[in-house]
This record gives sequence, C-alpha cells and structure tokens, in this order.
Amino acid sequence: MDFGFSTLEARSIDFDKFDGRILRYVLQYEPSLLVCLSCGGCTATCSAGNLTDFNIRRLQLMLRRGEVENLQTEINKCMLCGKCLLVCPRGVNLRNVVMLIKKALVHFKNQEN
Amino acid sequence: MEFKDLFYYPFILGAIYLFGVVIWRFTKWFIGLSKIDKIRVRIGLFSKKTLKSIWESIREGLLHRNVFRNNKLLGYMHMSLAFGWFLLIVVGHFEASSYHGSMFFPFQHSVFFRYYVTDNVDFPGHVFFAYAMEILLFFVLSGVMLAYFKRFRSKAFGMKRTTRMRYGDRIGLTALWLIFPMRFLCETFTAGVYHNGSPIFNNIGDAFASLGNLEPWLNPLWLTYSIVLGVFFVALPYTRYMHIPAEINLIFLRNWGVTLKERRVNTYTLAQVYSCSRCGICIDACQLNLAGIKNSQSVYVLKNIRNKNLTDEVLFNCLICGKCQEACPVGIDVNKLRITQRIETTRQYNSSYDYLKTSEAKKTDIVYFAGCMTHLTPAIKKSMLQILDAAGENYWFMDENKAPCCGRPLMTAGQFDAAQKLIDTNTKMILDSGAKKLLVTCPICYKVFKEDYTLPNVEVVHHSEYILDLVKQGKITLKASDKNVVYHDPCELGRGSGIYDQPRELLSQSVTVKPIAHEREKALCCGGSLSNLKISMDERSVLSAQVMNEFASYNPDYVVTSCPLCKKTFAKTDILPVKDLAEVVVENLTPRS
Repeated sequence: MDFGFSTLEARSIDFDKFDGRILRYVLQYEPSLLVCLSCGGCTATCSAGNLTDFNIRRLQLMLRRGEVENLQTEINKCMLCGKCLLVCPRGVNLRNVVMLIKKALVHFKNQEN
Repeated sequence: MEFKDLFYYPFILGAIYLFGVVIWRFTKWFIGLSKIDKIRVRIGLFSKKTLKSIWESIREGLLHRNVFRNNKLLGYMHMSLAFGWFLLIVVGHFEASSYHGSMFFPFQHSVFFRYYVTDNVDFPGHVFFAYAMEILLFFVLSGVMLAYFKRFRSKAFGMKRTTRMRYGDRIGLTALWLIFPMRFLCETFTAGVYHNGSPIFNNIGDAFASLGNLEPWLNPLWLTYSIVLGVFFVALPYTRYMHIPAEINLIFLRNWGVTLKERRVNTYTLAQVYSCSRCGICIDACQLNLAGIKNSQSVYVLKNIRNKNLTDEVLFNCLICGKCQEACPVGIDVNKLRITQRIETTRQYNSSYDYLKTSEAKKTDIVYFAGCMTHLTPAIKKSMLQILDAAGENYWFMDENKAPCCGRPLMTAGQFDAAQKLIDTNTKMILDSGAKKLLVTCPICYKVFKEDYTLPNVEVVHHSEYILDLVKQGKITLKASDKNVVYHDPCELGRGSGIYDQPRELLSQSVTVKPIAHEREKALCCGGSLSNLKISMDERSVLSAQVMNEFASYNPDYVVTSCPLCKKTFAKTDILPVKDLAEVVVENLTPRS
C-alpha cells in the first residue's frame, strides 16, 4: 500500500522478529541501562573495540530493538576491563549489563532445551 | 526407674547426637578434599604443624586473641564463655575424678556433680575444687551478662552493627543464654539444702532458703538444666554455634596446608563457611554500609553459601577490597571464597576471544605495560614515559597502541577460563621481547602479572618499586619541596600485594607524607573497584566522597595514590587535587647536568 511516504529499513523495527526477553532480563537487574543516551563514549574508549569491531553502543541499540541473533558472538568480545564504566556520562553500569546479557543468553537457551 | 537415673538423658542424648553430626560432617569434608590436599594432611599430621595448630586452637578457640585485638570487651565476652566453659568441664572432671578415685566414671557424674554428691564427704582437694568451680561459674556468667548487654548496646563492644539472626540461631542463643544461669540456680539451691558447696554458694543458698523450702525445686531445676544443655547440643550443628568445632577443624586444615583450590568449590569451602561465628566484625569493616548496601557483607555471603540461597546480586556486590578479610578473627579466606563462588556461577558463559592476535614484540630490557586504566589517565602514562626517558632506560611500550586487557577484571568477575586467553596472548608478547623486567603503572595489572602469569626470568615491578630503584641507583634525582600530602594505599597494591613502604619511601624524597588513621592494612577503598559488578555510580560516589573528606581533614596540599583507577575515582569527587606517584616524581625531577 502506498501511504505517500517510505520508511528506512534501518529505522524500522520488525515486531515479528522482536525478542525482548533479554532486554527485560537485563533491565530487571540493571535499570541504569535505561538512561543510556547512546553517546558512544563507551565504544570510543573500549579496549576490545580497539582490537576488533566490537561496538558496545550498537549492541545496546540491537538489544533495545530486540535483535538478538548476533548478540552471543558480539558480547563475548568484551574483556570486562571497565573503561566504559569510567567514561560513561550517565553512570550506566555497563559491565554488569554485559555479564547479565551473557547470563541471560545461557538462561534462555537452557529454558528452551 | 528413679529420677536420678533419668534426668540426665536429655543432656547425654544431645551430646551423643552432637558428636555424631560433627564427626559425620568432618569425615564428609575430609573425603571431599582434593587428592593433593589429602596428601598434605597426611604429611602434616605428624609434623610441627599439628603442635602449632593445637597452640592456635587454644589461642583463638579459647582465648580469642584476635577478638581482643578488635575490642577488649568483646574479647573478654568471647573468652569468658569459651575458656570459662572449657575450664568448667576440665576442672569439673578432675573434681569428680578426685571424688571417685579414678579417671573413669559415667560422664554425667562430672557435669551434674553437685546433684550426685550432696553429703559432705572429704575427698582430696574438695575445698579447692568447690571454690574453683564456683569462681569459674561466675567468670562464665560475667560473659553471659555481657552477651545480654551486647544485644541492647552493641556500640559498647566497638560494633555499630551486629548480624541478623535466623530462627534456628535464636533457639541456640536462648539455650546458650540459659545454660549458665540454670547451672547457677541448680547449684545454689542444692547448696541451700545440703550445704555441699563452698561458703560462697552455701551462703547464697541459705539466702534463697530463707524465702521458702527449696527441696521441691531441686529435681525440676536439674532436669531443666539437663534439657537446656540437650537443646543447645542438638541445635548447635544447625546454627552459627557450629563454628565452635568447625573453627578448630579449620585451624588444623589450614596449618596442614590445605588451600581453596581455585576454580573449584570443594568441601574446604564448607569447612570455612561453617567456621564463621557470625560475630559481625566484618560488617563494620565493610564500607558498603555507607552506601546503604547491607546484605552482601562477608558474613551474609558465608551464611548464604551455607543455606544454599546465594544470589548473584549479593555475590557480585562486593569491592573485594579485602578489609573484612583483614578484620576476620577466624582468618577465613573470604576473598578467595567469594571468587570461587563467582567462578562457579559464571562457568557456563566464558568467552574465547578468538580475535586476539599477537603482534611482533620488540627486543628490549624493560617492557612497559600501562594497562586499560592508565590509558584512561594520560597524565600517569606521560609522566612514566618521561621518567623512563630521563633515566635513559631501554624500554618498549607494549600496549602503546593495541593490547588486550591484563585479565584481572575478568578474573575477579569469576571468568577464569576467559582470562586465560588474555593471559596467554600477553605472556607470549612479554616473553618474545626478551625483557628482564615488566613495568606496570596499575596495581590491578601488577597483581595478576605477579600471581597468575607464568613469566620465567621476568621481574614484575610496580612503578613505585621501579622509580624508587632508579632513585637509589642515582639514575634520576629528586628535589625536595615543602608540600604536605596524604598517601592513599590502593587495595590491590596494599592488602592485595603487600606493598606499603616503597611508595612512601619514594614520596618522602620530595614531599612530606602525613600519617592518617586509615592507612596500610586499614586503608579504605576508593570505591571504584572493578570487582563490584552491582554497585551503582551514585553508591560509588558516596564511598569515594567519604574517603576524600577524611583525607581533607588532614589539610594536605594534594592526595597521592599509585593506582590510575583510584585517581580517576577520587578526581570525580572534586574535593582535593589527586596525583599519581609518577606525576609527583616528574614535578620534582632535577634535570641531569
């Protein structure tokens, strides 16, 4: 149907593919993720991001958009060094977010089996 | 059957049950130890270590020296209960032996001696024993009175907070509180009827007797005493009082060289967990109280492990600063215990870091590894490089552009398997360089390089040690200034690695270091510790502000620390200027002529 305007695919969320379980799990234990303003400071300083294409800011966006297919391989690149924590202007406890995502992935995988 | 053949059954059955459970648990713990630990026990059994353990058991289990160190009144309370009760049993046994003329007689005859021996027989030393037993009972009772008092005013015992109790603990506590007053009533009432005590109890008994006929009271009283003892014995294995036998067991195991095998929870964990008396000394040692975190102190973690209800929220809410370990009178290795639990709960999700590649190493004498945290505080990095250049050292800045993290933050989060990959990569780079020295400016890196890396022929040095060495060798010279500073001991460097003197010696070359209340082993944590995964930024700022305000009360020109993370955390409070050791050195560096 033509509404007279089009949407950019990168900006649309496909609710058929939306998986909010991990996001809800993380927010339950680390609500500080809610105040993230996606400034990207964490990614700029990231030790793992210096060595590979790891992008914690993008991961955060993916998580919020319920796109969790690549989450497992991506999140495992984090070395937990804690630099993101110190540069974050909003005080998001990112290391805990990373650990919670890792835990949630195992948690929901075990649940499915 | 008459009353006298029956009333002691609650006591005897309780005691048999207690010994059964304790022996069952000790056996289970021993069987669960690793093979190497069992060998250690077998070798240690017939060595000096056993004698040392016996002495330590007397010193800590009975006299409670470590509690005395914490607070004299608290120490006296514990000592009077433990040592007093122990003496009551031993002296009581000798008294009964003297009466029977033999060392062997039914056990209840010594415990309920005054019940059985009511006629004034003249056995050897009966006057001495009567006095001794009564004075000892007063000694124990003084401890019980203090225990009552402590419930209402723990501050008098140097404790701001005490441990919250479980239901079972209350039963045990009530029974324990009743034992000695009951014994006092039993013996004085009996003395009032038969005059079988020393003049002390006989007079007290007479005073009671003036109120009415005491004889009908005797049997119910002695029966209650027996029941109270029995209840305490049955409750003991399920309450915190299990620490009484477990602590002795722990002292022996520890001296024989049994260790908590890292990465695995084994029965040594239980041997330690059950040794916790929940005295609550660790609660006051913990800074998290200030931030309103009141459920993750070591005593509660040990309790949760014991009750199998430990959650990640509690387990990971700890700075691993080591203050509670320093304060623990039982000497439980709480940090290691906590990390082993973390390893266990995160075992299922370790990372592999397949992207890590080793780049080419430069041949050099000294490798400088700045670490993630130093890269966030460029002033430290710049100063360190300036010092290295001034001293004319041949060095290689290993992580100038790219390098993995040292692995310590992963390890404190329990991710040992993941950290191993980082360790392997870094080890290869360092060994390839052929360096003799590895210089680090971060205590977090220092600890992991020192303890968890295998670096043959490479000396790991923290910059405080290294720069001090340069000064001593005359490679750099420092001028004196009139500045007064406060030095903050980072947890990982101080309590973690035992380095207290080098930074102070180095600083004293150019500035005056003011002594403060919380320094060295008692140093406070800056609040920035990466080991705590749960604490929020707001809670962290409460901790760092408190520490900085304490520093400010000494009116220093600035605060010096030797950890980039401490510096970064303190700087955020904006209370006093904070500098790293390296920066102070650079400021006072005299150019070489």
